[in-house]
Amino acid sequence: MSLRIVVTVKYVPDATGDRHFADDLTVDRDDVDGLLSELDEYAVEQALQIAENADDAEVTVLTVGPEDAKDALRKALSMGADKAIHVEDDDLHGTDAIGTSLVLAKAVEKAGYDLVISGMASTDGTMGVVPALVAERLGVPQVTLLSEVSVEDGTVKGRRDGDAASEQLEAQLPAVVSVTDQSGEARYPSFKGIMAAKKKPVQSWDLSDLDIDAEEVGLDGAFTKVEAATERPARTAGTIVKDEGEGGKQLAEFLASQKFI
Amino acid sequence: MAEVLVYVDHVDGAVRKPTLELLTLARRLGEPVAVALGNGAADTAATLAEHGAVKVLTHDASEYAEYLVVPKVDALQAAYEALSPAAVLVPSSAEGKEIAARLALRIGSGIITDAVDLEAGDEGPVATQSVFAASFTTKSRVIKGTPVITVKPNSAAVEAAPAAGAVEALSVTFSDKATGTKVTGRTPRESTGRPELTEAAIVVSGGRGVNGAENFSIIEALADQLGAAVGASRAAVDAGWYPHTNQVGQTGKSVSPQLYIANGISGAIQHRAGMQTSKTIVAVNKDAEAPIFELVDFGVVGDLFDVVPQLTEEIKTRKG
Ligand SMILES: Cc1cc2nc3c(=O)[nH]c(=O)nc-3n(C[C@H](O)[C@H](O)[C@H](O)COP(=O)(O)OP(=O)(O)OC[C@H]3O[C@@H](n4cnc5c(N)ncnc54)[C@H](O)[C@@H]3O)c2cc1C
Ligand SMILES: Nc1ncnc2c1ncn2[C@@H]1O[C@H](COP(=O)(O)O)[C@@H](O)[C@H]1O
Repeated sequence: MSLRIVVTVKYVPDATGDRHFADDLTVDRDDVDGLLSELDEYAVEQALQIAENADDAEVTVLTVGPEDAKDALRKALSMGADKAIHVEDDDLHGTDAIGTSLVLAKAVEKAGYDLVISGMASTDGTMGVVPALVAERLGVPQVTLLSEVSVEDGTVKGRRDGDAASEQLEAQLPAVVSVTDQSGEARYPSFKGIMAAKKKPVQSWDLSDLDIDAEEVGLDGAFTKVEAATERPARTAGTIVKDEGEGGKQLAEFLASQKFI
Repeated sequence: MAEVLVYVDHVDGAVRKPTLELLTLARRLGEPVAVALGNGAADTAATLAEHGAVKVLTHDASEYAEYLVVPKVDALQAAYEALSPAAVLVPSSAEGKEIAARLALRIGSGIITDAVDLEAGDEGPVATQSVFAASFTTKSRVIKGTPVITVKPNSAAVEAAPAAGAVEALSVTFSDKATGTKVTGRTPRESTGRPELTEAAIVVSGGRGVNGAENFSIIEALADQLGAAVGASRAAVDAGWYPHTNQVGQTGKSVSPQLYIANGISGAIQHRAGMQTSKTIVAVNKDAEAPIFELVDFGVVGDLFDVVPQLTEEIKTRKG
């Protein structure tokens, strides 16, 4: 019996680019180059490793996003995923985390799954809540924020490094997992992988394929509203001194002037 | 007056500081009612009362320690249903965000995470967030259901505001999903005796420039003179020089102290994401072109192995 793994990946604006908001206060996805969220590469990597260790497994990558989000799927396919699903619909523009989790949950169910693997957070929204929301919607265990993960005999195990303690977790499949950037470096696509990816199937679904009403998602369906976005004023230029033997003392003088010492 | 539910983050009854900050913010919106779960829940009441909790709902069961997240969601939902509060506030820890999100979904509400400020508005609480590696500030509202908002540490001052803090037992029935994810082992983090990174008033960080685990003693010595927490860049963590729990940045902790001292850290966008909102920023870096200098109030271009020990000595001398 094949282990069906679905990896949720997000196409995000490049963090090193000039990220900003569009007029409707959604994240501007047109003017900044996008890419597969680096944090979702870790999810793809763990999915591939789990698949390699299983007798028979299939890795599907799933994204919800605009046309360009296909780039993220291609990258994941060239890393080694078997097939891809792209949920794309004009009515999805402005969807918030609650709405995204609905679309992902419906798509995962339609695709068929034993294991969903997500990243720890998207690099644009950085909420880190979508995996927990998808688990809640699917009614399956959430085994999230794992720095180490393994699957054996229908059980997923992993280590979650929390604030107060490091925990060993365990759940039966089907389950939703998310992995951190401590889970292990993601592989680079090989030339062969890049060529092979071109032939791998990418399905496109829209909202009607998932039986979702337009009002449930997008800006109209959103549960939250951004009312204002202002660029943070640049920090006023500080004093910079070159150390010529007294740098530490000068720094101490500054700290004293600010009452830190 | 409307009640505002505040989820209590505590360790065996010792309330963590971000929860006390939440009580300050909750009082702007209504009367804070705290929910404390698990071992030591009732022991939190005195501290919570001192900081404004009118009521403290408590419940203890082994499920909270034995299973991940969902038992706590069940309990918070029970409190929500018992009270019909005007808002639900949860500390922005990794677990806090997951609990808050699942609650929001269950009660048909929206969720805002990582607020750095909250104020009452005509149409409900307005949350301030810092986004895109803190290069933008947004104001947002939950427009459906009861606002569920998670708030970052250091977002408000802790204020004493004595209130009744009457303890009431919360009645909780766990859902059949509560036992889905078993916690089979737990290794508590060892205490370093230094302040909690996210809560500290001063953070002293080291990056790749520190050049070795053993050299972090230089960073620690400065931190200890200042009563500060120790942070590290991802480069230093990935090199194995300092534990991941101390990483500052996008995939580490986000800190907002009064003073942040970056040593041998270049200031990559992902690092800035976790420290850019610090009140005063200081850096020591031998490269005058390092982007961290764009952020600083005071910077020293120099070798950290000269500058940092001299600074530590000078502080010691000044303290007498
Ligand atoms: C998805 C993602 C998430 C990330 N998350 C994080 C995160 O959470 N936190 C984080 O920090 N990074 C994160 N990064 C990594 C980030 O991009 C940088 O690689 C990292 O911050 C660099 O660390 P650094 O500044 O210590 O090292 P470098 O960039 O190598 O800088 C070292 C600096 O030390 C200076 N130096 C060297 N020797 C000395 C000396 N003797 N005295 C004084 N100065 C000296 C150098 O001039 C240089 O400026 C993330 C990256 C990605 C892609
Ligand atoms: N639009 C999306 N398409 C696919 N996966 C997503 C999307 N948004 C979020 N995710 C997944 O959920 C994780 C956490 O996202 P977030 O809660 O937005 O920080 C990401 O790392 C992805 O795995």
